[in-house]
Amino acid sequence: MAKKKKRGVPEINAGSMADIAFLLLIFFLVTTTMDTDTGIVRQLPPWQEQQNENTDKINERNIFVVLINRDDRLLVEGRPMDISQLREKAYEFVTNPLAKENLPDKTLVSRRIEVAQTTLLAVQGDENATAVAQAELDTWTKAKEMIGGDDFAISKGIISLQNDRGTTYGQYITVQNELVAAFSRYRDETSMKYFGNPFDKCTVEQQDVIKLLIPQAISEAEPKNIGG
Amino acid sequence: MANFKKNTKGDTPAISTASLPDIVFMLLFFFMVSTTMREVELKVQVTMPEASQVKKLEKKSLISYIYVGPPLSAYQATLGSAPRIQLNNSFASLRDIDAWITSERESRDEADIPMMMTALKVDQDTEMGIVTDIKQELRKSNALKLTYSTRRVFENL
Repeated sequence: MAKKKKRGVPEINAGSMADIAFLLLIFFLVTTTMDTDTGIVRQLPPWQEQQNENTDKINERNIFVVLINRDDRLLVEGRPMDISQLREKAYEFVTNPLAKENLPDKTLVSRRIEVAQTTLLAVQGDENATAVAQAELDTWTKAKEMIGGDDFAISKGIISLQNDRGTTYGQYITVQNELVAAFSRYRDETSMKYFGNPFDKCTVEQQDVIKLLIPQAISEAEPKNIGG
Repeated sequence: MANFKKNTKGDTPAISTASLPDIVFMLLFFFMVSTTMREVELKVQVTMPEASQVKKLEKKSLISYIYVGPPLSAYQATLGSAPRIQLNNSFASLRDIDAWITSERESRDEADIPMMMTALKVDQDTEMGIVTDIKQELRKSNALKLTYSTRRVFENL
């Protein structure tokens, strides 16, 4: 008889492998939700028992008060305002291009360096304080170098956002968004001027400098009932 | 040379599909790796507000989520339709936030604790009162990094 003696394991047909893989692939394609989380980032102030002690020291002109009442209407610096005007108004407050008396005061970078040098001298002997003061001085000196020795005027302005308990969250976020937009615009313009790129396209180092020069000073006030 | 004999027959040779499974597997692995399965089951309705000035959140493992919104219709019979807080998989009250923050911290590396962040996923029609209360609780438990989660929209300038 002409029997075959060779009896290896028969090869498994892999033709349907692609079908199985396709099936799995389609399952994952359908179930995947590529939801990248986005949001407005905020740093809360540390908790303290006795509150609102320090706000009195800030000069009136350096504060931009935005109130939202429980009907979602805005009161900006004591006057009712439509949300569409808020960004422009906030931008004007943050930049104060004409150095108006009723808009915020500014400090020069060179002044900041002087202050840092004075502190450094004052804390001589105390090791920890010296390290802190030295770091502060270095940061400012480096910032000045990065912007080509230009004496940038840093705004002292703070935007204070206050809301009622009845304000809707949607409106609150819309207002926050407008305020952040005002800062972003200023940051973009500044980084264009010094680095030739919008803020997002700058290197991390450059972004840090811009952040130092234009801090996003939005304060979310302690809760209180402002009615409506 | 004999090796370079021209294919004189007119019909096109069949394309080998032997590498097709490899390609498909590659895609499959990509999606398997990039897929993030939802870890919590939402019990509240959350339609997040829209904003354009947003930042992308990096390091998802360091973010703890607080959901606030009206309960889903299945729970409304017992809980009513007033906005409720959801932590992990269950409804919670303001008093639970402190303990929750502590447990979230314990589950992370000690070195990562300063980088931890709380993300508020709040329904846009919720009143700010409850959000303010949550913020105060977070301040008390010293969880100061906060994001208001939003849907990103692009605006024409």
